[in-house]
Amino acid sequence: MPPIRLTNVSFRHKGAIVGEPALDATERNDEEVREQMTVTIEKDTTRTLTVPPKARRTSQRPVRGKPLISYGRWWWALPAILLVLGVQYAATLTGGFFAFTNWTGLGSFQITGFDNFAKIFADPQLLGAVWNTLFLAFGSVIITNVLGLLFALAINRTLKTRYILRTLLFMPVVLSPLAVAYVWKFIFQFNGPLNGFLGAIGLESLQKTWLADPTWSIWAILITVVWQQAGFTMVIYLAGLASVPIEVEEAAALDGAGVVGRFWNVVVPAIRPSIAIATTLGLIQGLRIFDQILALTGGGPAGATETLATEVYKNAFSLGQFGFGSALALVLTIIILAFAILQQYVTRDREVGKVS
Amino acid sequence: MFRYTKFTAIREVLVWVVTLIGLLPLYILVVTSLKSDKEALTSSAVAPPTSIDFSAFVTVLTATGRNSIPVSILNSVIITGGAILGLVLFGSVAAYVIARRTRKWTTITYYLVLVAIVLPAQLGTVPLYIGARSIGLTGNAFGMIVLWIGILMPLSVFLYASFFRGLSTEYEEAAVIDGASPVQAFFRVVLPLMAPATGTVAILAGLIVWNDFFNSLIFLGGSTTQTLPVAMYTYVGGLVSAWNKIFAVVIISMIPILLFYMFAQKRFIQGFAGGLKG
Repeated sequence: MPPIRLTNVSFRHKGAIVGEPALDATERNDEEVREQMTVTIEKDTTRTLTVPPKARRTSQRPVRGKPLISYGRWWWALPAILLVLGVQYAATLTGGFFAFTNWTGLGSFQITGFDNFAKIFADPQLLGAVWNTLFLAFGSVIITNVLGLLFALAINRTLKTRYILRTLLFMPVVLSPLAVAYVWKFIFQFNGPLNGFLGAIGLESLQKTWLADPTWSIWAILITVVWQQAGFTMVIYLAGLASVPIEVEEAAALDGAGVVGRFWNVVVPAIRPSIAIATTLGLIQGLRIFDQILALTGGGPAGATETLATEVYKNAFSLGQFGFGSALALVLTIIILAFAILQQYVTRDREVGKVS
Repeated sequence: MFRYTKFTAIREVLVWVVTLIGLLPLYILVVTSLKSDKEALTSSAVAPPTSIDFSAFVTVLTATGRNSIPVSILNSVIITGGAILGLVLFGSVAAYVIARRTRKWTTITYYLVLVAIVLPAQLGTVPLYIGARSIGLTGNAFGMIVLWIGILMPLSVFLYASFFRGLSTEYEEAAVIDGASPVQAFFRVVLPLMAPATGTVAILAGLIVWNDFFNSLIFLGGSTTQTLPVAMYTYVGGLVSAWNKIFAVVIISMIPILLFYMFAQKRFIQGFAGGLKG
């Protein structure tokens, strides 16, 4: 086949034109250029040409280089950068340092190595707080994701009033967690609506002082958190479900796939990014639950509902143990980072599995 | 294929039943706050008030002293407004420079901001408190505003930067070629085009700051300047079982947010679904 003369050719890199051939390669008889650019093209086909790296920067670059205008002044970024460095980085690093000291916020301090951490892991009360932190985080993530996905599937597409439902179900998310906790505190009172309801349906034996019960108080906090957060996961899943191609679902239905089969094979693969986002954000938020505990139980009864967040507050700010409080905060930080990284790893793994 | 059938109608009714049961706590909240002191203690929680009684609201709003609710509302408005203003102003110009310029330092700064979003705030709280206390930024609204701008700046820069990347550079180039200064090009051409980004930043930051309890408790602790959640916490602590008054405070704290939510619920939901993804 004779070489085809290419006319109207431009070189593109990520969509932007980065250069044009100076001369027709075949006419210029330039040995090197011809070697790199002669391609056999069958008629009526489109080919993407991969230009060898050596040839990429040969022609003049009209776009890269000096921008057309200056786009603001560089120092416009200064206030933001200084605030981020100070409030985020410097503070976090200093906190990490305090974690290894016995500072009380006044006067001098000694570096005590890992003493603070040894103290944390030898204290059953604080170990209980670690356990409660994990319980609330995982409990709230699992329940809010199941509820949120159920609501999203229930109101997706066909319902006539889905926008009103979405607005109503999302409403608790925008309210202050402290205010919401007070509402639930009333509900969980001994002479409150929950026990009233149990009495009315003849289950007096289940009535209890929910918030003063060592076993059930943590569940009361979990319910309060779930009630407020379920609408948030629902909205994430609604956004994910909007990306499920209706044709594929219809085709699967026509091919005889049932509701369950369609859910696992069509819907779940499409909303995988939503699952990753909803669980990651939920976990990070769940590990930091604070307001609800302070309002509902104050950490009681007898420390049964303390978490790392409430212990940080109590040790550092009520007892003035800045060093020890920082050590607790470091434990919480490491748990948060570990789960955030693990989450990323697990989700990425799934993406790879999907392709292969 | 997915038409509205009899089963869809049943599903719709079922979802409504579940939703209304789920929102029962808010119903209890409203009816209890409208009861008199005596009725709030004796009547059933789900029973509507026999006569609508605003006395709980009057008591709460006229209480004076350190936990005065009207004063704390004013403090919350000042702090939330100041924080939003700072986040929009400093965040947008920083994101503009970072997103538009292709230098090494802008890339590094962008990653610095991204990492800061993931960085948990707990560890920095103690040093921040000590630092803020030593330069007089605790116990006053100005310090709180500076603190919030610092805490939420990564979110603001990140949101603005992603919006700027989606906006063609032609607008400001045309403005500059027509003789506008960089400041004019940015504030009169680019920023007005960024209204959706500004809306998202304002809603997310506004909600976080308005609803915050933890940071206000620490950084305003013991001072006469209290935000609404902290005033609510201390006020409620002194009210044993006066649920009509407690709920009056709770409702007062919810009203501003709910008003905004009613008018801009679509932007709220989109902001949450899209904005927090990063």
